[in-house]
Amino acid sequence: MTSTVALTVARYRPEKESEPTWETYEIPFRKDWVVLDALNHVKDRLDGSLSFRWSCRMGVCGSCGMKVNGTPKLTCATFLSDYLPGPIRVEPLDYFPVVRDLVVDITDFVRKLKQVKPWIIRKEEKALDEGEYLQTPDQLDAYKQFSMCINCMLCYSACPIYGLEPGFIGPAAIALAQRYNMDSRDQGAAERLEILSEPDGIWQCTFVGECTKVCPKHVDPAGAIQQYKLSAATHWVKSLLLPWGTR
Amino acid sequence: MVERITPLLWLLFSAGGTVAALLFPIHLFLTGLAFPLGWLEAPRYEFLHRLLTHPVTRLYLLVLISLPLFHWAHRFRYTLYDGLQLKHLTVLIAVLCYGAALVGTAMTAYLLWTIR
Amino acid sequence: MSAGPHYTPYHPRWYRRHVSVWWWLQNRSYTRFVLRELTSVFVAFFAVVYLWQLRALAQGPEAYGQFLARLKTPFFLALDAVAFLFVLFHAITWFNLTPKAMVVRLRGKRVPDWVVVGSNYAAWLVVSGAVAFILLRG
Repeated sequence: MTSTVALTVARYRPEKESEPTWETYEIPFRKDWVVLDALNHVKDRLDGSLSFRWSCRMGVCGSCGMKVNGTPKLTCATFLSDYLPGPIRVEPLDYFPVVRDLVVDITDFVRKLKQVKPWIIRKEEKALDEGEYLQTPDQLDAYKQFSMCINCMLCYSACPIYGLEPGFIGPAAIALAQRYNMDSRDQGAAERLEILSEPDGIWQCTFVGECTKVCPKHVDPAGAIQQYKLSAATHWVKSLLLPWGTR
Repeated sequence: MVERITPLLWLLFSAGGTVAALLFPIHLFLTGLAFPLGWLEAPRYEFLHRLLTHPVTRLYLLVLISLPLFHWAHRFRYTLYDGLQLKHLTVLIAVLCYGAALVGTAMTAYLLWTIR
Repeated sequence: MSAGPHYTPYHPRWYRRHVSVWWWLQNRSYTRFVLRELTSVFVAFFAVVYLWQLRALAQGPEAYGQFLARLKTPFFLALDAVAFLFVLFHAITWFNLTPKAMVVRLRGKRVPDWVVVGSNYAAWLVVSGAVAFILLRG
C-alpha cells in the first residue's frame, strides 16, 4: 500500500523565468483524494506559492480544469488512485496563455461565448399578461443536453483545431448556440447563423471528436457542431433555391 | 470566394463520403482483389460494355467516381491545412484539390457521354 | 468580426506554447484522427482507378485487357490491398459517426444511435450484395 505519491506540477513564474519548469512534490496518498486535494495539500503544507483555480470542488463550476497526465480533466473529479503508482503530471490547459503556474487566461473563451448571442431571441416579446412560454418535455429534450455545459474549457484544450487556429470559435460556443437554436422559445437561429457561418465558425471543425471525449458533462459538442453544419448547409441550399422564402 | 460556397463543399464532402462508405468497399474488393487474384470470375468486356449503354449505369458511375473525388478534395485540403500547418498556401491548396476533383468529374462525364 | 483571439498579442509575461507540426503524433486519438482523414487519399485513388477502367472500356477490349493485366501486377495488388483496408476504415468510422450528425426524431423522441448505425450497416450489406450480384453475372 503506497503511502505517498509524486505529483509533478508545471510551474511558471514570469517574474523569474521565461518558460515553464517542473517541480515534484511527494504528497500523501489517500484513496478518496482527488488531484485538487493534492494541489491544495501542496499549497497548504509544502509550497504556498503554487497558483491554481478551483471553487466548488464538486464538478459544477468549471474552474479547476487542468491537464492530468496529458488529458484535460476537472481536477476535482480526477482520483489519485486512478494514476498509481504515479508520478502524476499536472499542467495548465493547452492552447490558452499561461498567466502563472496552472492559471490560464480565459478572455478569448468568454468573448467567443458572448459572440453566439447566448440568450433567447424573440422577434416580438410576449406580453406579461399572456403568461409564460410553455414547453413540452420533448421540446426540452431537444436542447437539454447542450444546456449542461459548465464552461470548463476542457473541450477547447482538447481541440487541435483551436490550437492551430486560435480564431476558431470553438466547441463550447457552438454547442451553446445550438442550445438556443433548438430551444422552442427562441427565434434567433438566423442571427446566430450569420456569426457561425463565418470562416472561423463551424466550418473550421473537422470532427476530430476530442471535445466530446473530454467533456465532463456529456454535452457532446462534436455532435452539436455536426448537426449545426447540416442545418446550416440545408439553410444555405434553401436560400439559394428559394431566396424569397428564408427568414 | 471558396468561403462563400463552404456549405456546398461540405455537402459534396458528405455525399461523397457516404457513396465511398457504401460502395467503395465492395467495388474495391471485387475489382482490386477478387477479380485479379482469380477468387471470382471477372466480368467480360462485352458484358460491361452492354451495362454501360444503360443511362442508369452511366449516372451510377458518374456519382460513384465524382462524389468521392469531392470528398477527398475537401478532406485532404483540411488535412494539409491543419496537419502540416500550410496556412500560407491555403488558396493554392484549395484550387489544386477542388480543381482536381472538377477535372476528374469532367473526364468521367466526357467518357460517359461519348461511350458507344 | 472574429479577428483572432482578443489577447494583448505580445503580453510580455504570459507564456504561449507553440503548437508543433507533429501535434498529431502526441496523442493516440489525434493519430487515429489523421489516419481517418488520410483514408480520403485512398478513396481518391480508387476513384481514379475506376476512371481508368472506364477509359479502358471506352477504348475497346484490348485496352480493357491491358487494364486487367495491370491490376494483376504485385504492385497494384499490394496497393489495392492497402487501399481496401483504408477504405474499410473510412466506411466503419463514417457509419459510426453518422448518428452524431443526423439526429432522427420520431414522434418527438430521438431515435437511439445504435438504430441509425445499424441501418447504415444494413444498407451497406444490401447495396454491396446488389453490386456483387450485378457484376458477377457476366
